[in-house]
Amino acid sequence: MRHFIRSAAVAIAMATASTFTLSAAIAADLSGAGSTFIYPVFAKWADTYKKDTGVGLNYQSIGSGGGIKQVIAKTVTFGATDKPMSDADLEKNGLVQFPMVMGGIVPIVNLTGVKPGELVLDGKTLAQIYLGAITTWDDAAIKALNPSLTLPSTAIAVVHRSDGSGTTFNFTNYLVKLSPDWKDKVGSDTAVEWPTGVGAKGSEGVANTVKQTDGGIGYVEYAYAKQNNLSYSKMLNAAGKVVEPSLESFGAAASNADFKGAKNFNVIITNEPGDTTWPIAASTWVLIHKAPDDAAATGEALKFFAWAYKDGKETAKALDYVSIPDSVVDLIKASWKADIQAGGKPVYAGE
Amino acid sequence: MSAVQEALPAVRSSRDATVRRFALTDAIFHATTRAAAILVLVLLGGVAISLFAGSWQALSTFGFSFLTSESWNPVTEKFGALAPIYGTVITSAIAILIAVPLGIGIAIFLTELCPRPLRRPIGMAVELLAGIPSIIYGIWGLFVLAPFLQTTVQPLIISMFHGIPGLNGLFAGPPYGIGLLTSAMILAIMILPFITSITKDVFDTVPSVLKESAYGIGCTTWEVTRRVVIPYTRIGIMGGVMLALGRALGETMAVTFVIGNAHRISTSLFAPATTISATIANEFTEAVGDLYTSSLVALGLILFVITFLILAIARYMLMRIDARTGA
Repeated sequence: MRHFIRSAAVAIAMATASTFTLSAAIAADLSGAGSTFIYPVFAKWADTYKKDTGVGLNYQSIGSGGGIKQVIAKTVTFGATDKPMSDADLEKNGLVQFPMVMGGIVPIVNLTGVKPGELVLDGKTLAQIYLGAITTWDDAAIKALNPSLTLPSTAIAVVHRSDGSGTTFNFTNYLVKLSPDWKDKVGSDTAVEWPTGVGAKGSEGVANTVKQTDGGIGYVEYAYAKQNNLSYSKMLNAAGKVVEPSLESFGAAASNADFKGAKNFNVIITNEPGDTTWPIAASTWVLIHKAPDDAAATGEALKFFAWAYKDGKETAKALDYVSIPDSVVDLIKASWKADIQAGGKPVYAGE
Repeated sequence: MSAVQEALPAVRSSRDATVRRFALTDAIFHATTRAAAILVLVLLGGVAISLFAGSWQALSTFGFSFLTSESWNPVTEKFGALAPIYGTVITSAIAILIAVPLGIGIAIFLTELCPRPLRRPIGMAVELLAGIPSIIYGIWGLFVLAPFLQTTVQPLIISMFHGIPGLNGLFAGPPYGIGLLTSAMILAIMILPFITSITKDVFDTVPSVLKESAYGIGCTTWEVTRRVVIPYTRIGIMGGVMLALGRALGETMAVTFVIGNAHRISTSLFAPATTISATIANEFTEAVGDLYTSSLVALGLILFVITFLILAIARYMLMRIDARTGA
């Protein structure tokens, strides 16, 4: 009986959730769903934008995969994903994609006697740790990168995401580039078959598990590591230089990304060249229909994005996101005008 | 005489009308309740059919190996359900091992030994355990129980059994604090009220004559419980245990927090693992690709079948004890 009541409660919750999205679609508010990576900055932007224009944003951070599903099903005006869609999939579903914001992913560690930013790691070692090949912190490979540190013989407790996530996609994408072993055994996706370690739900789960586990290592969005005072590591980048995670080093990764030569803005910004570049940077893309059923809503959404590119820069910076460079924004707006049309006219009427 | 005879048809017709009206309301009432009952069957059938349809792609792709393979690889799209099935069964089994003695102990105390004024508060407290939402159990498990196990209990046990063959594999590190055993403990607390309340109810069905006779020939309370009460209610207790097991098998949120969500089968009880419902909850939103989604639905189908069987057995056992007490 109690079981039954519980299922009934779930059913009711689902029903209310669906009416919620329905009512959102009816209201004048913009509706979107997807990436959790971008959620904090979307929330802040939406707040300011509503004050300025009276148009609100209803964004549900349900994960990139969910965002893709919902935008295809047309239950929301736009989706947001940290893993770009392939050209074929975009074509098949009649969608366009463009980058909205960029940020960095940092390894976080919990080691007694090692302060934030003291430890140095590189992609190869990180891959060996996540493969379960390196099992203690005083392993020769880690010592070689940190000659000045006294490392304990603590066992390494590997922590990864248990839910599918764009952060995982970018992190494993970086490991694939740096480690042939990782490429053969694991590969890269929003969820992978982890050879070792424990899964934690969401970035907050990873951060919390690392915080609690002596010898723990995990990976989270930088904003998260910073706000929680977690011990992050420095990284050896593609140019062979040791870099700190910071807005500048993420920005360097972003500025080296070649969006011009890429179809559908499909550029992954891990392991980018440049002396000051942070090697594990990530973007979030917005997905929107080329031939929208509701041209007015899509027009409003594009207006909001244009506003965010221009007037949302400070907000993004405050939250440790890197804004999309103006030169790329021009490309994005050109693609809007060319691709997103209703009744033979471009939907976007702005600059 | 004739006047009476003349009046009869009118009386009869009005009586007939009343009878007909009663019959009609009865028929409507009958039909409505029956429709409600059939609706449940239709819903259940619908769930089963949609689960089957949704999992068809995975089942036809992997066939029987879906049940025997441990690989769960979204990159290469090779899926097998063995690790989640293992985690589901093991956590529930350990939870039952912990909760059954506790639950029966509480029930015996409440029905046989407890001083009257204490009976209600203790009963209420146990019932309240059932009212705590599972997300609260999950958060409590993650922030309170897991760190406690990690820093105190687990290292102690690991060093205690270190070097004892067999047991050292069962309690092998590193101590993450979360894992199979932690989930099983949380589940045990969650299913305790089910076992306790059902056991208490079936204990109350034992005829006092039996108990009094036993006391009369000089049995101790322990002997009465052991030789009279428990044998008499064995099937009912089993039914309660099965019901609790059904609850443990399907628990999602609390387990997701503390199981460690790793698609691996390991002998250590401290190792991270995963269960069917935790896997679905974790991966459904992000599952892009038909085969991936279908494999998750197939997991759901497996859980549906397991839970259905367990609950059917539980119902059957409870029915048997009802039949006996009703007779």
